[in-house]
Amino acid sequence: MPKFPAPPLPKALQPPPKRPSENDVQMTPPEIAAEAGITVVDWIDERTSLSGGIRWTLFRKVPRGINWAYTLGSATMFAFLNQAVTGVFLAMYYDPNVNGGAYESIRNINDNVFLGQTVHAMHKWGASVMIILIFLHMGRVFFFGAYKYPRELTWIIGVVLLILTLVMGFTGYLLPFDQQSYWATIVGVNINGTGPFIGPYLSDFLRAGPEFGATTLSRFYAIHMMLVPGLIAALIGAHLYLVMKLGISAPPWIKAEELPDLRKADV
Amino acid sequence: MPGSFEGETVTRRRFMSAVTHGSGGIAAAAFALPALGFAIGPIFQHLKWSWQPIGPPSDFTEGTYAIKVITIVQGIGEAGNSIAYVRTRDPSIDTQPETEYNKWVALSSRCMHLGCPVRYVAAAERFICPCHGGVYDFTGQVVGGPPVRPLDRFFTRYNASTGLVELGPRYSVNDQLEIFSPRDPAQPLNGIGQYMYPRRFDTNSFPPGV
Repeated sequence: MPKFPAPPLPKALQPPPKRPSENDVQMTPPEIAAEAGITVVDWIDERTSLSGGIRWTLFRKVPRGINWAYTLGSATMFAFLNQAVTGVFLAMYYDPNVNGGAYESIRNINDNVFLGQTVHAMHKWGASVMIILIFLHMGRVFFFGAYKYPRELTWIIGVVLLILTLVMGFTGYLLPFDQQSYWATIVGVNINGTGPFIGPYLSDFLRAGPEFGATTLSRFYAIHMMLVPGLIAALIGAHLYLVMKLGISAPPWIKAEELPDLRKADV
Repeated sequence: MPGSFEGETVTRRRFMSAVTHGSGGIAAAAFALPALGFAIGPIFQHLKWSWQPIGPPSDFTEGTYAIKVITIVQGIGEAGNSIAYVRTRDPSIDTQPETEYNKWVALSSRCMHLGCPVRYVAAAERFICPCHGGVYDFTGQVVGGPPVRPLDRFFTRYNASTGLVELGPRYSVNDQLEIFSPRDPAQPLNGIGQYMYPRRFDTNSFPPGV
């Protein structure tokens, strides 16, 4: 006997369609608990499709023959992350007051704050570590010829990152505001001033006036903790995108595999 | 470009995208331009310099320098202070014509190599910089090391109402001790140096009071 189709229900009364994650299998509570992580990840992935991006980022083909020298870029990035994290927490105690407050706040971090000396030292020594690592990374890229086509833009961004890192070193050196950092900044600003024609105005910009004044320290602090770190983070993102997009270059001593057929093809 | 209607000079799509980009640009400029002006404003801000008393004329002699602590920038404590080396004008070595503002010779302690503080060594009659070995003679002329011009000077004057010598704005000199508006250290003023390192917008005009 032919079955009549069900009468059409008004839209408001129809049951909602099942979502792909809802299935009919009844699970026991321990099974649900075991699946909880997967459920959360599925929930996010269904709405963002992030898993494809993560696969694209992490599961890349790399050439034969890569070695520990290829980790110097990641090492530099982790040095930057160390600087960012310790810097944020140092900023909770630092006072960019040129009239004695800056020096006293650093003294307070070192002498009174729990683990303050450790975090300050991590920031101070981490700065040198980052400079050393970024130069080693640049040397690796240069001597392996990894800057060549199609990776020139990665190299250019890397040079900008190197300059910004040196700017971080220069502006951060003033912040303890002891005799050493004060006179080093005087010398550094005056070296800036030797640039012909624009040098004097560049010095005035750095000092916020013709003399080292009340706002010079806060200006260096703002450049050091907000302006340049933002630029560095954005450019690291662009640098990493290009590394993933273009792949890693093989070391110069690895020759491309020679296929006999390809050799015959006379290309 | 032809449009949808007769005589239309621009398509709607083109017009709408131009309006969108234009308003976005205006919105960005509305915060970017004031922020940029705020950041570079100090370059054009004139630094006010007041005359500061440094002691009675009896404090100073022709033969050696008196050390006077002066205030370069007000309100920032020790970081705003500096040192001036002051002596009475000696016509036998100070051959510049005497004016109202150079009866006392006041040298800045700022080294003209890169700005470290020089120290006057009376036994040698020399100014010596601890950073990179700059050496200046008794009149502040370079006799050794890397400095590019003689030590900067300050205008001085006698205030008859208080009976004190007062120290005024800083000025720079070249090797002939010609007066220039204050330049930063490491900027030579001989030959084309004065054009390569031009006068800044935020420094004083000379001579003072004119």
